[in-house]
Parts: sequence; C-alpha cells; structure tokens
Amino acid sequence: MSERVVILAGGLSAERDISIRSGRRVAEALRDTGLDVDVLDVDSTLLAALTGDPPACVIPLLHGSHGEDGAIAEVLEALGLPYVGSTPASARLAYDKATAKTLIGRAGIATPASVSLPHATFRDLGAGGVLDAIIKRLPLPLVVKPAQGGSALGVSIVRRESELSPAMVGAFAYGETALIESFVEGLEIAVSVVDIGPGHTPLALPAVEIRPDSGFYDYTARYTAGVTEFIVPADLPASVASAVADVALAAHSILGLRDWSRADLIVRNATTTPEIWFLETNVAPGMTETSLLPQAIAAAEMELGLVVRGLTERAITRR
Amino acid sequence: MTNLEPHGSRLDPWVDSYAARTHGMTASEIRALFSVASRPEVVSLAGGMPFVQALPLDAIADTIARLVRERGAVALQYCNGQGDQRLREQILDVMAPVGVHAHPDDVVITAGSQMALDLVVRVFCDPGDVVLVEAPSYVGALGVFRAYECDVVHVAMDEQGLHPEALREAIATARAMGKTPKLIYTIPSFQNPGGITQGPQRRTEILEVARTAGILLLEDDPYGLLGFDGEVPRAIRADDSDAVVYLGSFSKTIASGLRVGWAVAPHGVREKLVLAAEAATLCPSNLTQLTVSEYLATQPWMEQIKNFREVYRERRDALLESMTALMPAGTTWTVPGGGFYSWVTLAPGLDATAMLPRAVAALVAYVPGTGFYVDGQGRQSLRLSYCYPEPDRIREGVRRLAGVIEAELEVLATFGTTSDHPGLRSDRPDTSASAPAPNLA
Repeated sequence: MSERVVILAGGLSAERDISIRSGRRVAEALRDTGLDVDVLDVDSTLLAALTGDPPACVIPLLHGSHGEDGAIAEVLEALGLPYVGSTPASARLAYDKATAKTLIGRAGIATPASVSLPHATFRDLGAGGVLDAIIKRLPLPLVVKPAQGGSALGVSIVRRESELSPAMVGAFAYGETALIESFVEGLEIAVSVVDIGPGHTPLALPAVEIRPDSGFYDYTARYTAGVTEFIVPADLPASVASAVADVALAAHSILGLRDWSRADLIVRNATTTPEIWFLETNVAPGMTETSLLPQAIAAAEMELGLVVRGLTERAITRR
Repeated sequence: MTNLEPHGSRLDPWVDSYAARTHGMTASEIRALFSVASRPEVVSLAGGMPFVQALPLDAIADTIARLVRERGAVALQYCNGQGDQRLREQILDVMAPVGVHAHPDDVVITAGSQMALDLVVRVFCDPGDVVLVEAPSYVGALGVFRAYECDVVHVAMDEQGLHPEALREAIATARAMGKTPKLIYTIPSFQNPGGITQGPQRRTEILEVARTAGILLLEDDPYGLLGFDGEVPRAIRADDSDAVVYLGSFSKTIASGLRVGWAVAPHGVREKLVLAAEAATLCPSNLTQLTVSEYLATQPWMEQIKNFREVYRERRDALLESMTALMPAGTTWTVPGGGFYSWVTLAPGLDATAMLPRAVAALVAYVPGTGFYVDGQGRQSLRLSYCYPEPDRIREGVRRLAGVIEAELEVLATFGTTSDHPGLRSDRPDTSASAPAPNLA
C-alpha cells in the first residue's frame, strides 16, 4: 500500500486534547511502517481536503461527540471513503451508554443497574422527588456519568446521598442526559478487541487491570503518567481472563462493532466466585501514551503501527 | 497471544524520582477544556495574548533582517547576563512615564518579566517563606511561588486594589505563626485578573506597610502604559528605589513573542539577580534584545502604544456594553481603566469552574476564578480577557456566555447546588493547570 492515509484528530469535544495526542501517536506508528500519513482536524476545511485529494483510507481518532457518535463515519460513508472503525449505526449504539447496557444486558451479561434521565426530567418533575425515587431503587454507592462521552469527564462516585445532586450537575455539565448506575466494587479491567484474528475475526487482547493511586480512574489518573498502575496482562486466574475476553468479544459482536473497541469491565471476587460486570464500550479507544489499547497491543507482543496498518488495509479492501 | 506474566507499570520510570514540588503537576480536565479554545469556532475570552497584529510587522521584519545581516556576529552571540547596555538605557525612557528613574546598571534584562519574577523569588525565598499576594492574583506568579515552595497568602482587595489594613493583618498573622514573610507581590495598575488599579494614596499606603514591616515590595507592571484615559499611573517604585523591585515587560507594549522583560532592583539585589540569571539562562536572547532596541530607536513606539490603547479600549467597551445588555441579573464585573481583563462575579450559588464544560460546549471560553487563588477561593468568579478577539467576536462571546450562565442558573434552580466532581474541584494544588497555556488566545 503506497497511498496516503488520513488520521482525523482534534474536533470540538472536551476530549480534543486526548484525540490530538492519540492521532499524533498513531501517525508516528504508521509512518514507521512506511505509510504516508496526514493528520487533519475536523473543521470547515476537512471536506475540501478529503474530496480534493481523497486518501486511500481515513482513520477517525476522534473522541466524544462527532467522533464516537457515528457522525463522522456517516460523512465518510457519504463521501465513499474507506475508514477504520465501526459503522455509524453501531457507533451510535455503543456511544449511548444506556443503550449499550440494555443490549448487553439482554444478552445475559451482567451490567450494573442504572437509570438514564435527561436534565429536563429533573427540571419538570422536581429534582428532589426524582432523586429520592432513584435512591430507593438504586442504593448507594452510585456512579453518575454523562450518558455519552468518555475520559471520565463529568463522572462522580456518590457514596453519600448529599453527593448525588452535585454529581448530577457535574454530569449535566457535559451533556443533557445523565446515567446513574450502581457502583460495583472490584477490579477495574479493560479489554480491547481488534479484528485481527484469523479471517479478520475479533481478537481479545490481554486484559489490562487499572489501579489508580487515588482510587478513582478519573481524567487525571488516565492521562498523568505515574499516578496509575496498570497490570498487563491483568492478574486474573486463567478462567477469569478467558471470561473477560469473552464478555468483551460478546459486546463487540452484540453492538456490531468493527475493527476495534474497548470494553470497560469490573471483576468481583476474581479468585473465588468471579462476577464480571459490563460498564461500557468505546468505539474510538484512546491511543495516548497512557491509554489502554496500546498497552494491550504491547502486551500481546504486537506493534501498534502494524496493527493499525492491518486494519487500514482491510478497510480499503472492503470498500 | 503472549504468555507474559502479569506485569505492573506506571508508564513513567521516573515516578519515584520527582521532587515533591511536582506532585500537583498532573493532567488537568480544565486544561483539556482549554485545548478546545484554540479552535476558531470558539470565542476565547480566556487567554491574555496581546493583539500583535496591530504592530508594524513589515518594519519589525526589516529590523530583524538588517540586524542579522549587518550585526549578525553580535546578535547571534551570547551577551552578558545583565542584558544589552543600550537597551538598558532605552528602558529608562520607557519607564519615565510611570515615574521610575534609575541608572542603566539597576536594570536586569530577562526573558520576559516572568523570568525576572522567577529570579526574584529564587533570590529571596526559601521553602515555607510567605509571599503576600492580591486576592485574586496573576496565575503565572502563583506558579512561580509554588515552584519555590512558598507559602502564598492572599490579601483582600477593594475597589482601590490591595487593602493596606488587610495586608498589615496578614503580615502580623504570618509572623505570629512563626512564618517569615519575604515578599509582597502586587500588580498595582490594571491588575491581572481583577482589572483594578490602585490609586495614588493607596500606593503610598501599601508602600508604607511594606517599609514598616521590612518586607520587599515586588511591583509587577506589565500594563502600566496601557491605561485608556490617557493617564499613566505612577509606579510605586517611583517613590522608593530601595524598598521596591520593579518588573517591566515589552510583552504588552511591543510583542510577547520576543520575550524581553526586565527588573529594576536596588544594587545588592541586582547583583544577585544577575548571578541568578546567568545560572538560569546564561543570558537573555541577544537577537530579541537588539530587535527591541532597534524598534525603540527607529519606530514611533509611544505612538504604537497609543494605538494599542485604542484597540484595547474599543474591545473593553465592547465587552462592558455587551455584558450590561446581556448578562443575567446577579452578575457583576469590574470596569478596567486599562490592561486586558475584567473580573466577573456570578450570582450566588454558581460555580465558574463547574460551568466551564458547558461554556466550551457553547463555544466560549474564560478562565475560572479558582485559577487565581492557591486555596480554592474564586469559585463564583471568572476572568474575561478582551485583548485578542475583535469587538464583534467579543459581543458574540458575551452572548454565548450569558446563555451559558442562564442555563447554569436553571441547573442550580433544579438541583439547588453546583457540581463538585473531582476533575473540576477547585482545590487543585497546581493553579497553572487551571489556566490556558500562554499561546492560547
């Protein structure tokens, strides 16, 4: 393959900075494999750039809205350009955490009980009454997060009832709908899935266990080297490691995801009576120096550049 | 698939080697939000970038080309640690309007006045020494004080700026606690971020407090020549050459990218500043010093400053007029007589830090007030900069911000509280992470 590849990075979401870092890293890795790579931001000049000199393939590494919600994929479909990543319809399913949890739950995979409500519901019905009803149904502790978006932006752990209202406001700062979910204590595990198995089938990479010093894998813990310990592969019994891989593969399949995804899971009682809980899945996993998918690729003794190049070549052939 | 054994990594082999003072230097959710502000769709009222487009760029280009061509062997060489002699003489002319009279030997040229600030703190402060600063104060200064592990104490301001009685009390309290106040740091003219200017009487009072207490007054004066009513506030240093170290800068009056500033200090202090400067950077950039020197010698620099004043006054007016027309009830702001900033206080119960994600989503950016305090104060406030966007963009930015505040008021009415989620918590130790990078508008 000698044609040019375009990585899309940046955008206008709150995860712009992370996206730029992801794009820069993947671009370097791909160039090391000999590819000609440009990194473009998503702005009013993008369409002209893509149509004026169409690349062989586009790799969207956009996080947050317009990136993970399928919108950019929709545009690339309309332009007839090959791209790496999930189709718009699948991306939309995964991007909305409540929808993804519903679909995964229906398949018999455990996912914490949750409620997803827009701000308007609290405004119209009165926040006090609605929150009381939620607390009765979902006992503390809880996790409150924006129903869409990543990097733990707007996410709070609620251990006392008095913390719930501020947590709701924190989530609504990043979106109109909030997901309130039972907090499941356990090992925090991320399993990346890449379609590089035999016949381009999905392959679960080694699980990554996340141990933030602060106890909360928030934005700072995610993107500050040194403040979180990552155990790769996760220190799990073989049967549990296999089971988390199966859950991630199932999520990838149920949501119809393509090329790559990352499932965020909680494992309880890993050495006794293991329980695996699905939290969410990401269709545009982070690729920064501290991100999880690159760590999993390294643990699998693969090269990031070669993996992405393989996905790129496949995207071109399915045009 | 690999059979690797579980292996723990923190992705930074030096994690156990960093100095204790770096522990607050972490990735910041607020800083991440500012990265969006660089996009043209966003009206950024956040950063303090001067409007250098107003400069005679062709003339400066010719100056630099001529310098390299005709005096390249000097311009591209080291200079002495105190800075170029001719520029130090010219700086005396630049300071004359604020009433500072000195000898060229009293001037130390630095890489922006930020470097001078760093050197002064390096020379005076041991870990734990107290630095008294305005409440709120310049985020870049707070970063320096923190880097030298100073104990920063905020002192209240009123509409005349730093309050002398509060300053006196803060000094007494610190000493009663066995601490050693070393510096009083003040921006008396068009303060960053407050937009407030100390009147002549207030300056005299502040100087008297410093003298009586025997504490060095560090006067930071980057905006002194940028008053909108034509009058130039008289510097505190004009009335005392021994009790005050004066910091000046060409960043706002010529170009921030040249990184040329200076300190005027008493003899003993200056000797140490020069040695400290040589230890830090050997010498300031000769090329940019000579560029500034040539600019001052060949261009109508005072006329250019008048032009800057007009540009910034028009923008200040656009900001104030649109805030008057659009801001929700309960919002108040300072009316700066010069400089770059207005300090906005939101209605009770609102939190400017928690509101920032909503603002960025609405394509407008500001700096939350917490960035200008070391102790978590400032949640209800924010700083708006009018120096960089054109007036129409400022009006659009205020329109967007007013909508954001309205929406936040609605959330407040719904939940009776604001956010307190950890990523935006206001007591983050590293204030520099709460403000945009210098190159963001």
